[in-house]
Amino acid sequence: MTLTLQLKKTLTVPVDAGCISPDVVAGKPLREVAKLPVWEGNRKRNLSDVFDIRGESGPTCAKTAIRLVGALSKARRIGADMTDGLIEVRGDVGMHLGEKMRGGTVTVDGNADSWAGSEMEDGTIVVKKNAGDYIGAAYRGSARGMKGGTIVIHGNAGTEVGGNMRKGTIHIHGDVDQFVGIRMKNGAIIVHGAAKGRAGAFMTGGKLVLCNRVESVLPSFTVDSIKTKAKAAGESFDGPFYLFIGDLAEHGNGKLYVSKNRNPQLKHLEELL
Amino acid sequence: MAALLIKNGFVYDPVNGVDGEKMDIAVSRGRIVEKVGAPHVIDASGMIVMPGGIDIHSHIVGAKVNSGRLLRPEDHYKDVERRTSVTRSGVGYSIPSTFTTGYRYSRMGWTTVMDPAMPPLKAKHTHEELNDTPMLDKGAYPLLGSNWFVLEYLRAKEFDECAAYVAWMMRATKGYAIKIVNPGGLEAWGFGRNVRDIDDPVPHFDITPREIVQGLCKVNKLLNLPHTIHVHTNNLGKPGNYATTLETLKCVEDFAVDTKPIIHLTHCQFSCFAGHDWRTFRSASDEVAEYVNAHNHATLDIGQITFTDTTTMTADGPFQFILYQITGNKWVNNDVEAETSSGIVPFQYKRKSYVHAIQWTIGLELALQIQDPWKLFLTTDHPNGGPFTSYPKIITWLMSHKARMEVLKKLNRKAQRKTLLPELDREYTLSEIAIATRAGQAKALSLADKGHLGIGADADIAIYNLNPKRTHLAKHPAAIQRAFSNAAYTIKNGEVVVKNGEVVKSVNGKTFWTDVQASPSLLEIQPELQKIFEEYYTVKYDNYIVPDHYLAQSAPIPVQAKV
Repeated sequence: MTLTLQLKKTLTVPVDAGCISPDVVAGKPLREVAKLPVWEGNRKRNLSDVFDIRGESGPTCAKTAIRLVGALSKARRIGADMTDGLIEVRGDVGMHLGEKMRGGTVTVDGNADSWAGSEMEDGTIVVKKNAGDYIGAAYRGSARGMKGGTIVIHGNAGTEVGGNMRKGTIHIHGDVDQFVGIRMKNGAIIVHGAAKGRAGAFMTGGKLVLCNRVESVLPSFTVDSIKTKAKAAGESFDGPFYLFIGDLAEHGNGKLYVSKNRNPQLKHLEELL
Repeated sequence: MAALLIKNGFVYDPVNGVDGEKMDIAVSRGRIVEKVGAPHVIDASGMIVMPGGIDIHSHIVGAKVNSGRLLRPEDHYKDVERRTSVTRSGVGYSIPSTFTTGYRYSRMGWTTVMDPAMPPLKAKHTHEELNDTPMLDKGAYPLLGSNWFVLEYLRAKEFDECAAYVAWMMRATKGYAIKIVNPGGLEAWGFGRNVRDIDDPVPHFDITPREIVQGLCKVNKLLNLPHTIHVHTNNLGKPGNYATTLETLKCVEDFAVDTKPIIHLTHCQFSCFAGHDWRTFRSASDEVAEYVNAHNHATLDIGQITFTDTTTMTADGPFQFILYQITGNKWVNNDVEAETSSGIVPFQYKRKSYVHAIQWTIGLELALQIQDPWKLFLTTDHPNGGPFTSYPKIITWLMSHKARMEVLKKLNRKAQRKTLLPELDREYTLSEIAIATRAGQAKALSLADKGHLGIGADADIAIYNLNPKRTHLAKHPAAIQRAFSNAAYTIKNGEVVVKNGEVVKSVNGKTFWTDVQASPSLLEIQPELQKIFEEYYTVKYDNYIVPDHYLAQSAPIPVQAKV
């Protein structure tokens, strides 16, 4: 059953909308959903002050779908801690989308801001356009990043994608900024677009597949071999790839695949093989 | 300030020999008095009344704690406290912000806390944070065990001069007691080294840790300081270190007169490791408890660990380096000029780890095997073994065999087989808890007006909603934990500051420091000190000293020295 939330006004200050989650609304009648608390800046409001609410929520979170309509780029923490069900965003969405989520699916038609899927444990997040920084990353200071699940970004993503990642998969179909896979311990990140430098800095495990042009490879990675294919997250990606091992500065054993054809500037490394 | 009358509580006041008797306590002008007229009555029937809790060793303020806060944003966002009409907001689980620290202690009924590791150079910072720690009386111990001046005086066997220096230091830093951390080892750490044991000379100083401990123990006696030397042993946190611990205790045995303690061995759990390496690691609680039971010159505190994500921080730089290597976690390492070192590493104690499980059992084995409760106090070495907010849980472990066994059965299997805990059926009484958490600590600190409820004592009182006549405590550990987590009332200096676990009034406490009155001839070291100071330090002599007005509520304790 679907609950539709249509934004009533233009948001000028950040809104903490952690209550927009199938876990919270499931089994609640509309009048209770309307009274759920949200913070608009430093003011506490009811959900119905910010959204027009229609439809109904399902009896359990698995049977609940939430459709969000409007310019939600200032609405934060949507789907935080959700365990099941579906959230469908028609438009852009703000920071901390699906933070710490443990199941279910979130789809976004537009752009997502930073920290989407940060510290998530399971479930799926799909963003049709671009995403901000720290996708699937650990919170500041923490060493516990994404533990499972899948994030798919069809556009570009910012810096530090998958920071401190421990498990799970991130697909970026566009380009990524610096430090993709920083401090990753396990799991897989696949970047189909170009990657700026410092990919895999401090990584100690896991797989980072860069299928397109890479600005540079860190000197703390050693070139290991040339592979025709890269296998990651149960899929196979056509190469050929240079396989680097690192980050040696951290005694790491992470695998960094870099497309051979798209990176002729790395050809000189073949002498070392 | 209205007079108070606490009626009909079961009073536990071990100093005055009151053990759970039903009686009334009258309070007027911040003191406990015989009787009061027209008081505000607090009905404590069915509740226990104890002196306010005292913590002899808890890292709550200062440069190191603040670096820990900076290092760990992830510790803040998981534990957030909102502002109320009387309290400020705050954050932090293992290293809470200063105001939150004060409120949380007060909610548990604690009223006095000592910060045990103040690098003298960072004394101003420490006092700034102490000023912002409400609800508590407090103090700080300057670190002197690897201080260049101390090492040089002791090497030359100039004990009077060393005493003069320490007296000056107490005044300059507004310190309370002599803290010795890994004597000599911190100086060696400045050169990337450590001392191996109590007889391994400190590089460049030609003095052994044994001489440092003995020397400062002598100085402590010469100056008549209120607390004994407060010692964190060499080799702390290494398998087999119990031999060093026993040697440290033995080396000052001869200085003892009567039964007065002359050394405090802090967070002794970390100093009671046997075995050759982490594989053969085992508890040495028997050996140490046996020694402590047979001697009267030492007091100890536990430094109990709890299974949680916490932050380790000590002045013991080389030990923190080992922790950093073991965990691979982020690490802060610091060298404080001519005084000390320090280190910080976040740490998670895990039930399934053999070493951590044994550490948990060591703390409790010590607490249960050392017979005299006046010798062993409850601490977690906050935040090293776990945050101070775990005291209620530890009290249940001490008071209830059942509570201990419930934790034990979830621990590492090998550790379960190795521990003595199932056979130790001692269960602390409420009176013993009152000693371990209050009276004993006040005695060790010579805080005569604290830790008891006799006439004239400070009106620092904790009332817990726990009825020992109705509830069989050992069988209901959850009731103990509930009661000690949220005091029904905390009374600080004669005012009700906490009611039903909520802070109802924010008050500031005093900062104690030791004002040593020594013979004027000892002031002769000053010009020399000033000269050397200019050579050794990056700050000017005059800027180094913490002036009296720097403390929000300065409470000097005058002490007549023997020199």
